[in-house]
Amino acid sequence: MAEAAVIRLDNVRKVYSSGEIECEALRGVSLTIDEGEYVAVVGPSGSGKSTLMNILGCLDVATEGRYEIAGEDVSQMDEVDLAEVRGRRIGFVFQQFNLLPAMSAWRNVELPLSYAGVGPAERKRRAVAALESVGLGEKLGNRPGQLSGGQQQRVAIARALVTEPTLLLADEPTGNLDSASAREILDVFDQVHRSGRTVVLITHDWDVARRTDRSIEVRDGMILERPQAPASQADES
Amino acid sequence: MSWGETIRTGLAAIRSHAMRSVLTIVGILIGIAAVILTVGLGLGTQKDVSESISSLGSNLLIVRPGSVTSSEGIRGGFGSSTSLTLDDAAALGSAVAAPDIADVAAEASTSVSLENGDTNWTTTVTGTTTSWPQVRSRTLLQGEFFSDDDAEAGANVIVLGSETAAELFGSAWAAGRSLTIDSVTYEVIGVLAEQGSSDDTNLDDLAVVPMATYSAQISTSTTGASVQTIYIQATAQDTLSAAYQEAETLLLNLHGITDASAADFSISSQDALVSTATAVYRTLTVLLVGIAAIALLVGGIGVMNIMLVSVTERTREIGLRKALGAKPFAIRRQFLVEATTLGLVGGVLGVGLGVTLALALPTVLGSSIVVSWPAVFGALAVAVGIGVVFGVYPATRAAKLAPVDALRAE
Repeated sequence: MAEAAVIRLDNVRKVYSSGEIECEALRGVSLTIDEGEYVAVVGPSGSGKSTLMNILGCLDVATEGRYEIAGEDVSQMDEVDLAEVRGRRIGFVFQQFNLLPAMSAWRNVELPLSYAGVGPAERKRRAVAALESVGLGEKLGNRPGQLSGGQQQRVAIARALVTEPTLLLADEPTGNLDSASAREILDVFDQVHRSGRTVVLITHDWDVARRTDRSIEVRDGMILERPQAPASQADES
Repeated sequence: MSWGETIRTGLAAIRSHAMRSVLTIVGILIGIAAVILTVGLGLGTQKDVSESISSLGSNLLIVRPGSVTSSEGIRGGFGSSTSLTLDDAAALGSAVAAPDIADVAAEASTSVSLENGDTNWTTTVTGTTTSWPQVRSRTLLQGEFFSDDDAEAGANVIVLGSETAAELFGSAWAAGRSLTIDSVTYEVIGVLAEQGSSDDTNLDDLAVVPMATYSAQISTSTTGASVQTIYIQATAQDTLSAAYQEAETLLLNLHGITDASAADFSISSQDALVSTATAVYRTLTVLLVGIAAIALLVGGIGVMNIMLVSVTERTREIGLRKALGAKPFAIRRQFLVEATTLGLVGGVLGVGLGVTLALALPTVLGSSIVVSWPAVFGALAVAVGIGVVFGVYPATRAAKLAPVDALRAE
């Protein structure tokens, strides 16, 4: 079991300090996520879940504590090595899609591969395959502006998956979508999970969290021992 | 990510920010074109002036008669005496007595009316020696200057300035025609090439005849052998002062004067004029280079601002690229390619515009513009350098940020 851990956080603390004021966003979080798990990190805004997501995604570094991705300690790495880990291990899906507006869908999708040093022909093949897997095989040449919100988020998911990362990390992926598009996107995540990939969704929405296998509730910078989901959903899960 | 990839990415980024890219390019373009034109105008003016100074005759000394002191003790102005003679001129021309003097031309002149049938034109007629074109740096447009034989014989031949020829003969070929002065007929054997004006003297409105002809038929002076000016050409610019010494010693001897301060002649050179003019135009060039530097600085600050704003706006993009696995190095290289491309495109267009205007404007303005290649490359280097520094430096800083901070930036 220990060998199969994709993520292992050990007593991680994160303190933001601006001048005199110190703000402890995470106060000793320990967490293990195994390979193939489908996990939701739930919490209201200000709970520290975004900070947790940034640290899980190596977008930010912990003030204290140890963080391992697939057995590799990343808590002491510099920006160059962290960039390497992000490119190799992690696929991001953001709330605001974060696509480059001037590039076509497949160009956006191949971007992480170009930073990983994959050759152009191989990149295009894999980018096209990734877009087909999220149902956008017809929209390869479209720019983000020519796509609907749901379609843009699917391009972003294709971009996150194209590097075949150890972990797919999604931060409020449905936050900018209408409910129909949101359901479609969550279906895509279910499908990604079924294909065996580790998926972590960060959300404030229990309806979203409910679809996953395991919900981790964050409150006041700590993980609650027992998730306090609203009664109806708690019964279902 | 290879260089080829980086260049492709950089060019795509430039295309996707078309407006900003165009503004940057225009900023650099105008700065460089302004530098080329201002420096070129300065150098062109300098060249025009030094040419018109040297058109007066190079390495030239000018000997004029001194003043006459009347019996009442009133000194007249310089040039009022008739102390210089053709013999003086001949002595100065001797290679033995004055080895540093290359050539001598004596001049005596008066204002006379020239007639061609019904047309008449009053101009200065100068009697001189055959060395005149050489000493005064004049060339002939038509025909030729009078020969030694003409000079010796006092032949009735005349050489006209281009304007004088035009006044008398219109646009027709003047050489070979004839004109009359006081009912005496002269053959026009040559027309001088245009020279332009110097100070208040029109160098194209004049007529030249052999000295013997002048003294015999035209001069109104009673002392036929006196001349008004002797032009001395030194063998080189370096020997001008030696030539000055020789001329002074020789003339003092010939005139039997022991005290140089009592000399009945004065020798002036154009050296002082040339050096004053050179100093003035050096100052002018410094001024223009200063203006050019300010133009470049203003253009550079414009480029700097666009670059800073551009990179700041793109901090999110940098954060995203880093989240997707871009190393700081790859980000730096992309922005280096972008800034260099903008700088070079703007620079090359600026050089093109500047050089084109430098070639086209003189025909409109009538003043020459000299393209100074050091200024061109200096301006290019500064503009591209500013673009690169202010394009790459903020990008490098942004690339060092944790991606979360870059992504959060607005």
